[in-house]
Amino acid sequence: MSTSSPPHSATASTTPPPVAPPTMRRTPAPPPGRLIDAPPFPQGAAEALKNQQLRDNMRHATHTIRAKRARVTAELPNWEELRAAGEAIKNRTLENLDYYLEQLEANLIKNGAQVHWASDAQEAQRIVIDLIKAKGENMTHQPTPQEVVKVKSMVTQEIELNEALEAEGIAAWETDLAELIVQLGHDRPSNILVPAIHRNRDEVREIFLREMKLYGKPAPEDLDNDPKNLAAAARLHLREKFLRAKIALSGVNFCVAESGTLVIVESEGNGRMCLTLPETLISITGIEKLVPTAQDLEVMLQLLPRSSTGERMNPYTSMWTGVTPGDGPQEVHVVLVDNGRSRVLADPVGREALRCIRCAACMHQCPVYEKVGGHPYGSVYPGPIGSVLTPQLRGLDSAIDKSLPYASTLCGACAEVCPVKIPIPDILVHLRQRVVDEKKRGHRGLEQSLMRLGGWVMAKGSRLGLAGAAAGLARALIRKEYLRSLPGLGKRWTAARDLRMPPRRNFRHWWKHERGGQA
Amino acid sequence: MGKTVALFATCINDVMYPETCVATVALLERLGCEVAFPVEQTCCGQIFTNTGYHAEALGAVRAYAEAFSPYDFVVGPSGSCVASVRDQHPLLAAETGDARLMEAVASVVARTYELTEFLIDVLGLEDVGAYFPHTVTFHPTCHAVRMAKVGDRPARLLAQVRGLTLVPLEGADQCCGFGGTFSVKNDALSAALVADKASEVMRTGAEYLVNVDNACLMNIGGRLHREGGAQGGGCTIRTIHLAEILACTEGDGGRWGL
Repeated sequence: MSTSSPPHSATASTTPPPVAPPTMRRTPAPPPGRLIDAPPFPQGAAEALKNQQLRDNMRHATHTIRAKRARVTAELPNWEELRAAGEAIKNRTLENLDYYLEQLEANLIKNGAQVHWASDAQEAQRIVIDLIKAKGENMTHQPTPQEVVKVKSMVTQEIELNEALEAEGIAAWETDLAELIVQLGHDRPSNILVPAIHRNRDEVREIFLREMKLYGKPAPEDLDNDPKNLAAAARLHLREKFLRAKIALSGVNFCVAESGTLVIVESEGNGRMCLTLPETLISITGIEKLVPTAQDLEVMLQLLPRSSTGERMNPYTSMWTGVTPGDGPQEVHVVLVDNGRSRVLADPVGREALRCIRCAACMHQCPVYEKVGGHPYGSVYPGPIGSVLTPQLRGLDSAIDKSLPYASTLCGACAEVCPVKIPIPDILVHLRQRVVDEKKRGHRGLEQSLMRLGGWVMAKGSRLGLAGAAAGLARALIRKEYLRSLPGLGKRWTAARDLRMPPRRNFRHWWKHERGGQA
Repeated sequence: MGKTVALFATCINDVMYPETCVATVALLERLGCEVAFPVEQTCCGQIFTNTGYHAEALGAVRAYAEAFSPYDFVVGPSGSCVASVRDQHPLLAAETGDARLMEAVASVVARTYELTEFLIDVLGLEDVGAYFPHTVTFHPTCHAVRMAKVGDRPARLLAQVRGLTLVPLEGADQCCGFGGTFSVKNDALSAALVADKASEVMRTGAEYLVNVDNACLMNIGGRLHREGGAQGGGCTIRTIHLAEILACTEGDGGRWGL
């Protein structure tokens, strides 16, 4: 996928000023701070809403991709059956995950791959670092500057692998066009499918001209904002890295348990380069990315491209089964990462989120995500699926994770397009209950008092009748049909809209007088 | 033979939009139904449930099950509230582990209809004899479509209203940004979403914006009123619940309750 490119859009860039080549670092520094320390979602969202360029970019990109998805899913007469099959396959996998994981491991080993298990992010980082360092020692018998090429992987972002490698002096180069834009832009991805969805072509040109020369082959000096020329500049910049690298890191879209085959689905061919050119391939995957059989791919490989990029078929589908002597990487490692997934699996409501195949359809469809992009979610998984997945993987301890279940109007657009039918609004409501249960253990705040009072009123018809009468009395005293401004919490409503006042007589009152109170 | 129907007014209609309830009563009676209003009813409780306060919603769940247990047909003029009753009450009841409540809820849920479902599926009517000589645009509300799954029933009923001109609403399936407590918890986002919705509504040039959920109309209508006020001419586009349009007939000159 490429970045969004609204025609003739003016650049109101918010990128930082050019950074001098770092002496210590080997790759562009991402923004400071950790995602989990992000402010609560409403705060980050309010900030993002002020960026009109971002809103224009997001609107253009989400509407374009939504229309494409709608077109290619509507043309299949059995789309709903495919979704049901996708749901069933992932449910069967998750219900028997222990069995399929061991089957996968046995088949990987049988085919010459080495399997590593990581219970959390730190363990996964350590495994990958040790594997890379071991290769460095073998080649030269002394420490040398090492580098790896990467094909886009969400789980490596989840475990913050690039920065862990950087700290060990290992340079990790992203090779997807959009990930390259993000990396060179000292930025963070804002989408799992189109990581630079928040950037337009002018911003991309600016980043390439400024940064490429600091980390390898420079961009041509006369580079314009034509997407074709931007892609060509990226291709040349990346080519020398592909040809030089001895080690590649990849994620995985699907692991086939019955054969030990790994599958990567991509659009640019950079994946194919990473999977075939280097001598060593280290693939990192979450433990939920399994399917039992090759036949299950028949369903998944129809669901994924149509839901994500809105294509009937993605340009590149690579499959590999361990080591093939004399062809491709001769050393193949697979790191199976838990990092909270077992805990999610233990929650009967929350576990449905583990069916996710990372298509991003829910993000593109979400009215909230469309307005603010991915950054306010404070997670590598933004949007609706991120709001149910992230707080479960990380726990509900941080301010951002407590706020994510509320980052939705519960409009349900996400669940309607999800190719594996994850009931995202139901899981959001479930997680809200967990947030509130935790709150109830502490000091009682205004919200809890209001909810308690409301619950008490709504337990009896007579109490609601009194509340209605009180509202009518307020109307009689105020004598206005609409209020333009309210103090306190009410200000959050009247900042954007007027508040319609209730009429003097509620329905209960009408019924009692017109129908003599007879039920 | 006329059916006895219990009206589920919903709390927002009871207190804020009684005209919608009165119109529903008038419509159902005109179609030969006998309407009852069990006064012990309150609310679907979704404002509590959806904010994470499940225990606080239970009073409303119990009140609903008790108030409506004697009736074969429970009809509510709200897609959102009916969806909450059907989807959430069984889950909330199950969380209590109270088998009697679970049974009572399951039973009453099976007899609960959104107004347009009752008109089309039970009474078998698409033409209810309504007359409304106005230009109208229709907003299919999220919960009515995606949770209650009323489908195109509101549109089919509107299509049969004599004198009515329906103009399409761009981005009709986009949420208006209300979302219950979302509108105050994420006020900046809610404001941005309702501003978009209101500007699309104004672009239609319609006289009325109609849907089957007054909560959404309260949100969009509040924004329309603000826009109207800013122009100095007051509100030009009015919001109206579908029940109020269907209640209008040629006999009253299409001016029922207006």
